[in-house]
Amino acid sequence: MIELSDFLILGAILFCISLAGIFLNRKNIIIILMAIELMLLAVNMNFVAFSHYLGNIDGQIFVFFILTVAAAEAAIGLAILILLFRTKRTINVDRLDALKH
Amino acid sequence: MAFEIPNFTPALPEIFLLTMICVVLVVDLFLTDKNRSITYLLSQATLLGAAVLTVVVQSAVPEYTFSGMFVNDGMGTVLKLFIYLSTAVVFIYSREYLMERNLFKGEFFVLALFSVLGMMVMVSANNLLTIYLGLEVLSLALVALVALNRDSSISSEAAMKYFVLGAIASGMLLYGMSMLYGATGSLDHTEIASFIEQGSTDDIVLKFALVFIVIGLAFKLGAVPFHMWVPDVYEGAPTAITLFISSAPKIAAFAMLMRLLVEGLGGLLVHWQDMLIIIAVLSIIAGNVIAIAQTNLKRMLAYSTISHVGFLMLGIIAGTSDGYSAGMFYVIVYALMSLAAFGMIILLSRSGFEADTLEDFKGLNQRSPWFAFMMLITMFSMAGVPPTVGFYAKLAVLSAVVEIGLVWLAVLAVVFSVIGAFYYLRVIKFMYFDKAVDTTPISGAYDMRAVMSANGVIILLLGIYPTGLIALCVSVMP
Repeated sequence: MIELSDFLILGAILFCISLAGIFLNRKNIIIILMAIELMLLAVNMNFVAFSHYLGNIDGQIFVFFILTVAAAEAAIGLAILILLFRTKRTINVDRLDALKH
Repeated sequence: MAFEIPNFTPALPEIFLLTMICVVLVVDLFLTDKNRSITYLLSQATLLGAAVLTVVVQSAVPEYTFSGMFVNDGMGTVLKLFIYLSTAVVFIYSREYLMERNLFKGEFFVLALFSVLGMMVMVSANNLLTIYLGLEVLSLALVALVALNRDSSISSEAAMKYFVLGAIASGMLLYGMSMLYGATGSLDHTEIASFIEQGSTDDIVLKFALVFIVIGLAFKLGAVPFHMWVPDVYEGAPTAITLFISSAPKIAAFAMLMRLLVEGLGGLLVHWQDMLIIIAVLSIIAGNVIAIAQTNLKRMLAYSTISHVGFLMLGIIAGTSDGYSAGMFYVIVYALMSLAAFGMIILLSRSGFEADTLEDFKGLNQRSPWFAFMMLITMFSMAGVPPTVGFYAKLAVLSAVVEIGLVWLAVLAVVFSVIGAFYYLRVIKFMYFDKAVDTTPISGAYDMRAVMSANGVIILLLGIYPTGLIALCVSVMP
């Protein structure tokens, strides 16, 4: 029998991986976009697990909305990425420093 | 299973706005660049129509609809009206600026109206899902707006930073929401509040959820230590967009704090109070101190925003009805001041010249004494000098904090706002005591100059007669 806590631990691990992916990664913006998607999926894992164990359907409805928003977010993120590449000719995170003082 | 048709009346303004956004989008397709101002007029008419509908459907007692996901109450009505007002002013200020930079396109209006829709949903949310959806509609539209100037590399860099940090904030908030759902078994604010009141749940899980929710909110508000994106976005975005980001969304962010922390998690007041105190103190200190070192006016105002967010939180920290109404007064006043300050940067800029450094304000008094005076009022108000309205806003939140016995917090806030007064006064020194380097006469459309003057005069008049607005804020708080 898989316990609720197992799902929550998996969710927490996924969440930490995605945070590490955003903050430790110094190379590529595409990796950041992937990490953001992973973060939303970690949350989905939590919602589905809670929803199942509570016997309450609201959490699963929430997941549908998160998935939809994640798709919209990916679209906008990639659009900005293309814009960035067109104006800067690079998608290296370290090169995004024109605004630092 | 029976399906009940919900009562649509309380959400009429939102429905009207969404319909009109689609109309604006389609109408704009058939327009050439020459008659693009039809889009502008249609957008202004949309805001006006939404304002009329909001007044028509207002209700004194909270009205719930869509299975309790949506609430229409006094606070929502007032905040929505101020959101329309500031957006309309943003449209007036930015029209010429956008035309000169070849950005006067339908997308600007459609995206801005979409973010207004997101703000309205946030203001009226009574469910974690509605809060999240409103927030995403708002922030995705804002990210697209920041990247509106496609040829500018700093705009796209600012948009990327805004996007990534906004996504982290949403992720944090969602993680907190999922924990909250797990602990209480509901997404509804009213149910969550009553569940917490019964005290039958595991306190540790709730606190764990609260930490993530507060971090998410602090990210969205731009409070220290989650403020890194604010200066970059303010500087990198076209000034017209900065003007928008710094005004109306702050009102919506206040509403989000109220709905989530006060109405949903009011039972955990003692816990989030401590967290917000730390965030507010750091914001007031860092915002005021770092602003002194800035030479770019947009960046300086970004740090000033951070310190204002700290002050705004003081009202919520108080945890009393007085504190909440003081916070609401503060955020409305802040939106007005921010419109005036960024509006002035737009007024001084012209094609190929941004006027966003402090040097550009040198000798403004010789070029236009009237607008130098307007900027003087705005800067005094931001610093909190009487008789401007900024003084009463600060006074209200500070007295709310003193009332609950946190005198040290009030003293610290006053000390740092005095330090902060230095950089506001420096702008005034540049305007009045330095010689103008650039002597081009101030141009600008008549409507913009008229609204700009009205904006400055209102800041002064509200400072002399603040009771009306204060009474309005007090009357809508439960």
